[in-house]
Amino acid sequence: MAETSPGLTQETAPGTPAGAPVSEALSLVPRAVGKQSMKDFKSDQEVRWCPGCGDYAVLAAVQGFMPELGLAKENIVFVSGIGCSSRFPYYMNTYGMHSIHGRAPAIATGLATSRRDLSVWVVTGDGDALSIGGNHLIHALRRNVNLKILLFNNRIYGLTKGQYSPTSESGKITKSTPMGSLDTPFNPVSLALGAEASFVARTVDSDRKHLTGVLRAAADHPGSALVEIYQNCNIFNDGAFEVLKDKQQAQEAVIPLEHGQPIRFGAPAEDGLGSKGVVRDPATGDLRIVDVREEGTDRVLVHDAQAASPTTAFALSRLADPTTLHHTPIGVLRDVRRPVYDDEMAGQLERAVEQNGKGDLSALLHGNDTWTVVG
Amino acid sequence: MTSQVSSPAGPQSGSEEGPDSGRDAERKEVRRLDRVIIRFAGDSGDGMQLTGDRFTSETASFGNDLSTLPNFPAEIRAPAGTLPGVSSFQLHFADHDILTPGDAPDVLVAMNPAALKANIADVPRGAEIIVNTDEFTKRAMAKVGYDSSPLEDGSLDGYSVHQVPLTTLTVEALKGFDLGRKEAGRSKNMFALGLLSWMYHRPTEQTEAFLRSKFAKKPDIAEANITAFRAGWNFGETTEDFAVSYEVAPASSAFPPGTYRNISGNLALSYGLVAASQQSDLPLYLGSYPITPASDVLHELSKHKNFGVRSFQAEDEIAGIGAALGAAFGGSLAVTTTSGPGVALKSETIGLAVSLELPLIIVDIQRGGPSTGLPTKTEQADLLQAMYGRNGEAPVPIVAPATPADCFTAALDAARIALTYRTPVFLLSDGYLANGSEPWRIPDVAELPDLRVQFAAGPNHELADGTEVFWPYKRDPQTLARPWAVPGTPGLEHRIGGIEKQDGTGNISYDPANHDFMVRTRQAKVDGIEVPDIEVSDPGGNAKVLVLGWGSTYGPITAAVRRIRKGGDEIAQAHLRHLNPFPRNLGEVLRGYEKVIVPEMNLGQLATLVRARYLVDAQSFTQVRGLPFKAEQLATALKEALAHG
Repeated sequence: MAETSPGLTQETAPGTPAGAPVSEALSLVPRAVGKQSMKDFKSDQEVRWCPGCGDYAVLAAVQGFMPELGLAKENIVFVSGIGCSSRFPYYMNTYGMHSIHGRAPAIATGLATSRRDLSVWVVTGDGDALSIGGNHLIHALRRNVNLKILLFNNRIYGLTKGQYSPTSESGKITKSTPMGSLDTPFNPVSLALGAEASFVARTVDSDRKHLTGVLRAAADHPGSALVEIYQNCNIFNDGAFEVLKDKQQAQEAVIPLEHGQPIRFGAPAEDGLGSKGVVRDPATGDLRIVDVREEGTDRVLVHDAQAASPTTAFALSRLADPTTLHHTPIGVLRDVRRPVYDDEMAGQLERAVEQNGKGDLSALLHGNDTWTVVG
Repeated sequence: MTSQVSSPAGPQSGSEEGPDSGRDAERKEVRRLDRVIIRFAGDSGDGMQLTGDRFTSETASFGNDLSTLPNFPAEIRAPAGTLPGVSSFQLHFADHDILTPGDAPDVLVAMNPAALKANIADVPRGAEIIVNTDEFTKRAMAKVGYDSSPLEDGSLDGYSVHQVPLTTLTVEALKGFDLGRKEAGRSKNMFALGLLSWMYHRPTEQTEAFLRSKFAKKPDIAEANITAFRAGWNFGETTEDFAVSYEVAPASSAFPPGTYRNISGNLALSYGLVAASQQSDLPLYLGSYPITPASDVLHELSKHKNFGVRSFQAEDEIAGIGAALGAAFGGSLAVTTTSGPGVALKSETIGLAVSLELPLIIVDIQRGGPSTGLPTKTEQADLLQAMYGRNGEAPVPIVAPATPADCFTAALDAARIALTYRTPVFLLSDGYLANGSEPWRIPDVAELPDLRVQFAAGPNHELADGTEVFWPYKRDPQTLARPWAVPGTPGLEHRIGGIEKQDGTGNISYDPANHDFMVRTRQAKVDGIEVPDIEVSDPGGNAKVLVLGWGSTYGPITAAVRRIRKGGDEIAQAHLRHLNPFPRNLGEVLRGYEKVIVPEMNLGQLATLVRARYLVDAQSFTQVRGLPFKAEQLATALKEALAHG
């Protein structure tokens, strides 16, 4: 929990000590003066999502969670692309930009890398982030730019009124696929892990407590954080995540992940934990699900979000059935430290000054080969 | 290293074998010339660009005026010995002020048969040709379609041909080094450079210093190259074949007093951006994706991190401009650099920048199009793309430099407009300006314009109930610029976006009257940008024909106009730096002449604009050969226009 990184003092937030401890990720962001409430983060704009949309729940969770960070709200920026969820910045009383389709990670990269005193959040959807903006998403993740990316996944195109999206299940019947979509969907968590993401989590719009916990972990993470939020579109894809929300079904469908805990789910076994567990298949090295009442608990994997290698996290992400969503891991899949692009970029600037001195414009313009014309 | 024009440095070698300019002057005839055009040509792997660059540096430090034209294929190493693989570098230098790299070479250095074949058509009879005979093998000649040797079949009879076994001589000179024949032969370009340096009395110390520093980690290679360079010089001095050497006096009277250096367009443009950052006291942020011929700006700016320059090589063109726009939101002086195909990809983000009204410089180093076109060749065909290539009414100011050195000033001007008016600005350079070079009088930093801006610091509007609020789209009545409120400023939290905004508040608005107002206001803001009146050169005041140009055609047009005036005819000339908005007096200027001729390296894009705007019957003279106009060709066209006036 270093308050400042060595050598970066001039960018350090003034008056940092007040209130909550400051995570490394936020050490350069100025702290709020005085206590904040959820109200402080609500803008004066009328929220215009369809009644019943899952976006309301996410907005409330974010607005409710922001005071906890204790950051000066003028140093918080929300950047979005295009789509229903991308209207999000208009409703936050922070700085914000509603940009163009798919480009929010690129724009936010420029902002975050030039202003390390800002807490920069990207709000995007499955079409915005994974279709038109897929390239920017993977490159922001591999660079580990200090961005918190909230990917609202409703598995449908809402704003354009109901075409299938890159996360829609194969065979989905929509206006643009009357005979069923031919595409294989992306699993955003698998994609992010493949793109070298240092923080990857999945949560659900309706579980405020879990959502808030994941947001907190993302905010504390130095570097890129991708949070996939399963979000219900009650107009064009209603009930898409019902299997994960309905208490009865969720017991079998959701694999809750907690760092340091055995990966168990399903109806409780005698020890009170789930009767199913995730084990590694010694023959293939892949993961599979077993009944712990038959096979015991010895081989059940203990979730390690901080594992250096992303292979187990990736294998976990592949347990989910892309059509039924059975065995969907929920929680923080990966949370590892690696150099943050913004810091490295600033470091190079500092090193350049150390090595060559502060730039002297006149000397630059003159170069090494000049001649003089005498009048 | 600084030299004085009044005392040109001779070769500075202490060794006995080293070149000595004292002796050759006694033994051999020295002729004075007022100007010379040399073209070095060889395989793309022969180091012709380096050779040309070095000769240029020697010439610049000697104090001649000069202008250069590098011309190379897009392939990094095209198949050796083929016509498509030929790379050339043309240099025009003189004892007076010159404007172009020259139409026709006086001297062609041809390192192989392909180089001879590809360039001979440009070389007038009587010119000198230096060929590397080692490369004129049957096979090499057959490869480019020579049935018989042009060195023997009389086809070069009208030229003064010097047959020099450059490779053999180089290898011979490097006997003392532990190098194979092939490796030693690589220094033949330095042998050729030495020979030409002797022929034209060029100072050599800088080239030797350059080689030492370039190969600092391989001192053997440095010494080998220096040895080859000196051997070339000595060869010129001793061999009978080269009986005459030439002097081109420094162009002292052509230059106002000052300190000068040689500079290419891309370098000048990069320096202009760094200077704009310093003068605006804003950190420079470059978001870019590599593309020919713009990559050198990315390379150059990446070197200047100690000026606080952040250079970000993005995953694609769109992310390059996206990152720049994000940095602009955060208060940086933001730049993206590209060429035509990249502009096409950036168009949507440029539109967003128009809507967000944030400062952003878009550098387009134009190249031949459409599509991939001619990546390494020049063209001016992106003017209408810059002007209109976006959805909706999305006006963007356009600034165009006229010469390589002018790229510096043009970059500062683009920054001034972007910062003052909170708008994206196009800086339209081209491949010829980018790679061409000329002497530049280095400005005194104290003379540079003050580009500092005021960020918004507090509320700017009072509601009816007396509440003080911040309105992100409340404009400066003079410039129509909106306030630039950067994140981190307390109390000014606001949201901006690509959806139409309500005037003043910036809130989303679909109101028809508001949209009409906002579209017209954005246009009015660009139309109202202050640009200087266009100046007309019409010395006699009686010209009936005006030649109007923009961008890199300045050199050839001016040279052509001089020829016509020398011939006793009157012709007026004007050159546009600002293409959007046009100077206020442009319509009046155009209507003042019976005939307006617009030479362009496109199919008449500026002509289309001025015809539409001013209802003037402007006539196009166009060429899209990937090369700059030749002065002679332009002069002929202008003469015709005068004759048929």
